[in-house]
Amino acid sequence: MNTVSLVPSSESEISEVLIKETEPLHIAGGQSRLEATEEKIISTSALNGIVEYEPGALTMVAKAGTPLSIIKNTLQKENQQLAFEPPELKHLLSLPGNSTIGGVFATNASGSRRVQVGAARDHLLGVRFVDGLGRIVKNGGRVMKNVTGYDLVKLMAGSWGTLGVITEVSFKVLPIAETQSTLKINFCDANILNKAINTPYDVSGTFYDVGSRVSYIRVEGFDKSVKYRIKQLLGEFSDFEVDILEMEESKKFWQNVSNLDFLKNIKGDLWRVSVRPTDGVKIIQMLNPKVGFLDWCGGLVWLRVDEGFDVREKMQKVAGHAMCLLGKFEQFHPISTAEKTLSNSIRKKFDPKMLLNRELLN
Amino acid sequence: MYLTDPDPSILAKKMELVDKLLSFLPRDAVIDDPRETLAYECDALSAYRCPPMVAVLPRTTEEVANIVKICWDLDVPVVPRGSGTSLAGGALPTGDSLVLGVARMNETLEVDYPNRLMRVQTGRTNLSVTGEVESDGFFYAPDPSSQLACAISGNIAMNSGGAHCLKYGVTSNNLLAVKMVTMQGEIIDLGGSQFDSSGYDLIGLICGSEGQLGIVTEATLRILHKPEGALPVLIGYNDSQVAGQCVSDIIKAGILPVAIEFMDRPCIRATDAFSQAGYPDCEALLIIEVEGSEVEIEEQLAKIIEIANKHNPVELRRAKNTDEANRIWLGRKSAFGAMGQINDYMCLDGTIPVSKLPFVLKRISEMSKEFGLDVGNVFHAGDGNMHPLILYNANKPGDLETCEAFGAEILKLCVEVGGCLTGEHGVGIEKRDLMHIQYSADDLEAQMAIKDVFDPKWLLNPTKVFPLDASAKRRAGATQETAA
Ligand SMILES: Cc1cc2nc3c(=O)[nH]c(=O)nc-3n(C[C@H](O)[C@H](O)[C@H](O)COP(=O)(O)OP(=O)(O)OC[C@H]3O[C@@H](n4cnc5c(N)ncnc54)[C@H](O)[C@@H]3O)c2cc1C
Ligand SMILES: Cc1cc2nc3c(=O)[nH]c(=O)nc-3n(C[C@H](O)[C@H](O)[C@H](O)COP(=O)(O)OP(=O)(O)OC[C@H]3O[C@@H](n4cnc5c(N)ncnc54)[C@H](O)[C@@H]3O)c2cc1C
Repeated sequence: MNTVSLVPSSESEISEVLIKETEPLHIAGGQSRLEATEEKIISTSALNGIVEYEPGALTMVAKAGTPLSIIKNTLQKENQQLAFEPPELKHLLSLPGNSTIGGVFATNASGSRRVQVGAARDHLLGVRFVDGLGRIVKNGGRVMKNVTGYDLVKLMAGSWGTLGVITEVSFKVLPIAETQSTLKINFCDANILNKAINTPYDVSGTFYDVGSRVSYIRVEGFDKSVKYRIKQLLGEFSDFEVDILEMEESKKFWQNVSNLDFLKNIKGDLWRVSVRPTDGVKIIQMLNPKVGFLDWCGGLVWLRVDEGFDVREKMQKVAGHAMCLLGKFEQFHPISTAEKTLSNSIRKKFDPKMLLNRELLN
Repeated sequence: MYLTDPDPSILAKKMELVDKLLSFLPRDAVIDDPRETLAYECDALSAYRCPPMVAVLPRTTEEVANIVKICWDLDVPVVPRGSGTSLAGGALPTGDSLVLGVARMNETLEVDYPNRLMRVQTGRTNLSVTGEVESDGFFYAPDPSSQLACAISGNIAMNSGGAHCLKYGVTSNNLLAVKMVTMQGEIIDLGGSQFDSSGYDLIGLICGSEGQLGIVTEATLRILHKPEGALPVLIGYNDSQVAGQCVSDIIKAGILPVAIEFMDRPCIRATDAFSQAGYPDCEALLIIEVEGSEVEIEEQLAKIIEIANKHNPVELRRAKNTDEANRIWLGRKSAFGAMGQINDYMCLDGTIPVSKLPFVLKRISEMSKEFGLDVGNVFHAGDGNMHPLILYNANKPGDLETCEAFGAEILKLCVEVGGCLTGEHGVGIEKRDLMHIQYSADDLEAQMAIKDVFDPKWLLNPTKVFPLDASAKRRAGATQETAA
């Protein structure tokens, strides 16, 4: 268990810690995910607050430890949002913490709207971080377009705290749509998801419940536009029995998806598999899991399987990667030798003492 | 700008290099005659020219790997090249370099509509990629104005944007995977056809690395289904501040147009004279485009026009059909050409927070008087990416230098107000010595450490991106540790 906890309140304090430190440290955001095995943790909770918010420029800057809930509420007041819908697994895992904005970007946590607007990494515009040698580094900025120098912003997104402690993030935000509706298509195959996204109707969410063979297709926008697109999509899927979830019902459904409620109260290991969208169905057929759900047009497969069942071994021939979220297996999917060589060298440059989150991505 | 001198010890290896290349490449793929290497002496930053020692035009990834291995062994610097439309001197050779052009690598390798992706060799031009899938209702979203000529390889290296990136993002947001040759000649695959990959986002790192980390030979691109239609509205104001406020109000109202373009008076006048687009003679002109079906376009344009009218425009012209839309876009699309008719120009590319627009425009016009050079501004207003075009006379001694000094001041201003040096054109040689303004020594060190990993001998496009003084030691070969 974690015994010592450092709670630095500035970049320079973090820098001082890392210059001197020789023992491994685990970076804790809101600790809504608890994989820490080290004795010592370094918390970002004192790096708290929104630094700048310009609704007219669709950008926000916040310190890394700022709770996600604060960010969401502040945006909501201006009718804006984090369009990539960061999922919060804490509901599913009944974890006590509150996600932080730094944790969201450090894990590149991205939800259903990814098929339309991209992932967390696509919305991250700038970072400040302290690397394993205590060097304070900034990259990117707070403007929407920036190609000045290498894109370390993308590198930091999804690096799970293995290259540095992120201290500040700036990111793109987007308007909350005036309204939304979701088509619930009953008794269909999963390829409906691909059919729906490959229309001009700007679909913003695609979800499939393998057990009940139901698809959910979301459209968002201004009122007339949503009505029009729903009508067009109904035309495309006229062979099926379709229900329409209007605004509130629709919102509630996708909120549940974001909290992974559908995976609750089911025993077994939890896996998240990312594959070419049309291969999602293949994974289900190959593994025959207890429960399976497809998001991202089929490209994201959520599975609950028998304890100890090795998803990676079974999916071998399908290109992609499987993350084990609950179970005895290593969390991250192995990468190619070439990628591993490059990644290890990069890590050595940023954290030669291997202080930060040593147990991750190893 | 200081151009690095060729290294005589490398020049001395030219014969050996050419012999080795000819051992596996056809004669017409190896260009070593000084009259012919002239064709590769510059990119679109044509004020700077320097023919390379040799240029090669391979057709396959394996050929690229063999070429690069030879250069690695002989310590010959390699400058990758797509179509040579870089405005930053990204593809400018040094006298002792080998230019590796991918222009002959232009095949489509896979089109997969259900998964919305397409795999191509990177010598393909940007427009031809969309051309290939257009008849099936698809398109590749990043659309730089140079799209007729520029290659996917250059787009990836520069992380290029386009008029429609407000909605669809830039290259980096539409790139799924690459095949790449490292400077050691190893062929590696990064990314995949799925939405995300395990481990670090190396694809994100390659995109925008200006040909300094590897030679990208294949790319998997996201393609999207085309919207049903698109129409613009043109709005003129007599005050750039008001125009800026109008943009901000539109965005705050929850409308997300696919493009918001802005032109100032000098630019409006020049483009109108050149293209007869019929633009109003006013201080600021906005072109705002929305997409969708008729109903949807109608709905969005009505909201935009309502907001625009609150700010008392001097002109508001709504396109009702494709013809009218083309007329509205005509002037904007020929803006660079129009300015080029008046004089030589240098095109800057700094980005600023949108709220700083009026202040920055005012400062630019003041500086224009101080430096005695005219400037016109075209601007992707939705995302703050400015394109000041400074006019100068290349034949007038000292004019280029004055123009560069003026340009540097504008870019400093962009950084001062919270923006950056370049929004889409890249650093190249043009802005490398200004990097100190935006980045501290540690910031640059972190970036150069990445290059050390991918290219330990600093042979790939070594004189670009980083200030020459900051990269001097590394270029001299101080970092000989390999990535292994
Ligand atoms: C593939 C995937 C798996 C996920 N698994 C879970 C899960 O099991 N449980 C869960 O609640 N959510 C999970 N999420 C959601 C996402 O991780 C959370 O939304 C996010 O982690 C919440 O932030 P936090 O502050 O709670 O992070 P934490 O749980 O504290 O940290 C998450 C990870 O990010 C690192 N980190 C946090 N802050 C920083 C920082 N400032 N700088 C550098 N590194 C930092 C941590 O070291 C840790 O490795 C997952 C998301 C994805 C995409
Ligand atoms: C009139 C005009 C309008 C323009 N409009 C826009 C615009 O709207 N948006 C925008 O973003 N840019 C614009 N540009 C700039 C330019 O077109 C882009 O930077 C473009 O992406 C360059 O592509 P290219 O194929 O011509 O690359 P090149 O000029 O040949 O090279 C550019 C860079 O890419 C590297 N490179 C090339 N091939 C490879 C490879 N295979 N592997 C690794 N690195 C490689 C080169 O070394 C160099 O650093 C414009 C330029 C002009 C002249």
